[in-house]
Amino acid sequence: MDFLTEFPGMERQALRDLKKAIDGGFRDFSREFGEALENFFEPLLWFLVWFEKLLRATPWPLIILVIALFAWLGSRSKAVVAGSVLSFLAIGYFGMWNDTMSTLAIISVATLLCITVGIPFGVLMARSDRTQTAITPILDIMQTIPAFVYLIPVVMLLGIGKVPGLIAVCIYAIPPIVRLTNLGIRLVEKEALEAADAFGADYRQKLFGVQIPLALPNIFAGVNQTIMMALSMVVIASMIGVAGLGVPVLRSISNQYLALGLMNGLAIVALAIIFDRVSQRFGERLQRHRKGIDHG
Amino acid sequence: MDEVKIRIENLYKIFGPRAQSVLAQVQQGMSKQELLEKHNHVLGLKDINVAVTPREISVIMGLSGSGKSTLIRHVNRLIEPTSGRIVVDGQDVLTMTKEELIDFRRHKVSMVFQRFGLHVHKTVAENAAYGLAIQGTPIRQAKERSRKWLERVGLSGFEDHYPSQLSGGMQQRVGLARALATDAEILLMDEPFSALDPLIRTDMQDVLLGLQEELHKTIVFITHDLDEALRLGDRIAILRDGAVIQQGDPQEIILHPADDYIFDFIKDINRSRVIEAKSVMTPGASVDGPELPHDLVLEEALQVVSASKRKMANVVDADGTAVGSIELQQIIDAVARPAEDSDEDPTYR
Ligand SMILES: Nc1ncnc2c1ncn2[C@@H]1O[C@H](COP(=O)(O)OP(=O)(O)OP(=O)(O)O)[C@@H](O)[C@H]1O
Ligand SMILES: [Mg+2]
Repeated sequence: MDFLTEFPGMERQALRDLKKAIDGGFRDFSREFGEALENFFEPLLWFLVWFEKLLRATPWPLIILVIALFAWLGSRSKAVVAGSVLSFLAIGYFGMWNDTMSTLAIISVATLLCITVGIPFGVLMARSDRTQTAITPILDIMQTIPAFVYLIPVVMLLGIGKVPGLIAVCIYAIPPIVRLTNLGIRLVEKEALEAADAFGADYRQKLFGVQIPLALPNIFAGVNQTIMMALSMVVIASMIGVAGLGVPVLRSISNQYLALGLMNGLAIVALAIIFDRVSQRFGERLQRHRKGIDHG
Repeated sequence: MDEVKIRIENLYKIFGPRAQSVLAQVQQGMSKQELLEKHNHVLGLKDINVAVTPREISVIMGLSGSGKSTLIRHVNRLIEPTSGRIVVDGQDVLTMTKEELIDFRRHKVSMVFQRFGLHVHKTVAENAAYGLAIQGTPIRQAKERSRKWLERVGLSGFEDHYPSQLSGGMQQRVGLARALATDAEILLMDEPFSALDPLIRTDMQDVLLGLQEELHKTIVFITHDLDEALRLGDRIAILRDGAVIQQGDPQEIILHPADDYIFDFIKDINRSRVIEAKSVMTPGASVDGPELPHDLVLEEALQVVSASKRKMANVVDADGTAVGSIELQQIIDAVARPAEDSDEDPTYR
C-alpha cells in the first residue's frame, strides 16, 4: 500500500548528492569562467553606467525637451507629446526624477540589446522550419520560467549588480522580438518574394530589401512588447542591485509604505504607457502604405 | 525562322516528397488521377516539348490547374523540374550554378506576374527600378533609367506614388515597366492581364503589342482566355492536365483542333473575325478578281469577294506578291462551325 500513498521517488541521500553535485559543478564553472564573463560584459557595464550618468546629469528641462521630441517623431500626435511631458513633470515634482532616469537607462540599454540580439535570431528562425522548431521551446522556457529561478545562476556567475540585472531583464524581454521577427518574415507575401527571386535577388537582397522591410510592422510590435516586458522586470531586477524605480517599491513592501510604493508603481506605469503609445503609433505609420493592396 | 530561343525537352514535374521514385511510373503513362490516389503526388507537367521562337509572342493556354504557371516558372528555374531539359540560347538552365542562375535572371529573363508581385513598401519609381537595383546599379541611376519605361507604359507623374494608391491596371503597368527596365531579351508573363477588367485588359494588350512591335522580345505569355491568345499569339500551345495537346500556328489550331478539349475552347469564337484569308485560300493559281491581303480576316474578305464580279479574289502577301486565290464558298465553309462528332478522340466528354 505504501507504493500508492508514497511516491516511489529517488532515495533521499541520492537526491541530496545529485543536487550537491549540480551546485558544485556550477560553482566550479562560475569560479572558472565568472571573471571571463565579467570581462566580456565589461563594455556593456561601461555603457550602461555612462548612459545612466548622462541621463542623471543632464538638466531636467533638456531631458523633457528630448522626450517631447522623441514622442513627436515617433507618434506625430500632440496628445501623446503632451501626455509624456506632463507625466515627466509629475514624476519630477513627486521626487522620483533620479530613479526614473536610472530606470530609463536600463530599459533603453536592455531594449537595444534585445533588438540587436533578437532580430538576427528571428531571421535565423524564419530561415527554415528546423531552426524554428529548435528555437521555439527555448523561447517558451525563457518566457515561462519564473524570473527568480534564472536569477540564481545569473547571480552565481556575475554576482549582484547592473550587468546581471540587465541580463535578467533581457532573458525575460527578448522572446517577443524574436518571435515577431520570425512571424513577420514568414508572413511576407509569396508574390513579393517570388518577384525578387525572378529578378535575381540573392539572399541578402531578399532579406534586407524585401523580407525585413515588409516584416517591419510585426518587428515593431515585437519591440513594443519587449519594452513592456522589460519595464515589468524593473522591480525584480532591483532585487539584484539595479538602481531605479524598483528600489523604492521593494523598500515599501518591506516597510509597508503605501504611498511610496504607489507613486513609484505609477511612475513605472506612466513610462510603460508612454513607450507603448509612441512605439505603437510609429508602427502604425510604418503600415500607412500597405492598406488596400488586394486588387487581384 | 528555324531558330529556337527556349527549348524545353521531355520536361516532367511531379509535386511531392518522393517525386523521383514515382517518375518512372508517370513516364510509363500513369495518369494524374492515379498518381494522386496511389502515391499522393501531384502531376504538374508531363513530357513537355516546346520550342519557343525568338522575337515572337508564344502563348501557352489552358484551363485553371492545367500547369501553365508551373511550366513558365521552369524557364527561369523558379521551380526545379523532376526530369527534363530546359535550354535557353543553347545554354542548359539546369546545369547553371547558383551564381550563373542569379546572373541569368538578372540579365536574360524578366517576369510579369498575375497578381503583380509589386513591393508595397516601395514607390512606383523604386519598383520599376528594382531589376536594375538588384543588378547593382545605384538606386538614383536605376530610377533614372527606368523612368523612360514608366513613361512608355503611361505612368509619368506617378513615380512617387505607392502601389496601393494605384488601380489594378496601373499596378500591372508598373510590373511591365519593371520587367522591361532590365532590357532582358526574354519576357515571361504569367496571366498578366487576367486580374484586370475586360476594357483595361484590352488596353494592356494594346500596350504590349505596341511595345513588341518596337522591341521584338521573346515573350512567353500565359492566358486562359482564347481571345487574348488569338489576339497576341504568334504561336499557341495548349496545355491540359500538364501535357501539351496541340501547338503551332493559331490559324491551324482553329481550323484543325486536335481533340474535343480544344474544340470546346474554340467553338464559341467568332470564326469570321479570326480566320485569315491565307488559311483558307487555294495556293498558287491567280484568278480574275480583286486583290486582298493575306492576313485579312474572313469577315473583311467576304466583303471584297462578294462584291467582286466572279465571287473570287487573289490573295497577296505583305510584299504584294500573289500567293493564292479565294472563293466565296471557301469562306463560307471556313466560317461554318465544324460538326462536333467529326473528331477522332471518343474518350473525352
Ligand atoms: N507547390 C505545389 N505543390 C503541389 N501541387 C502543386 C504545386 N504547385 C502547383 N501544383 C499543382 O499543379 C497543378 C498545376 O498548377 P498551376 O499553378 O501550374 O496551374 P495553372 O495552369 O497556372 O492554373 P491557374 O490558371 O489557376 O493559375 C495543379 O494541379 C496544382 O494543384
Ligand atoms: Mg497560374
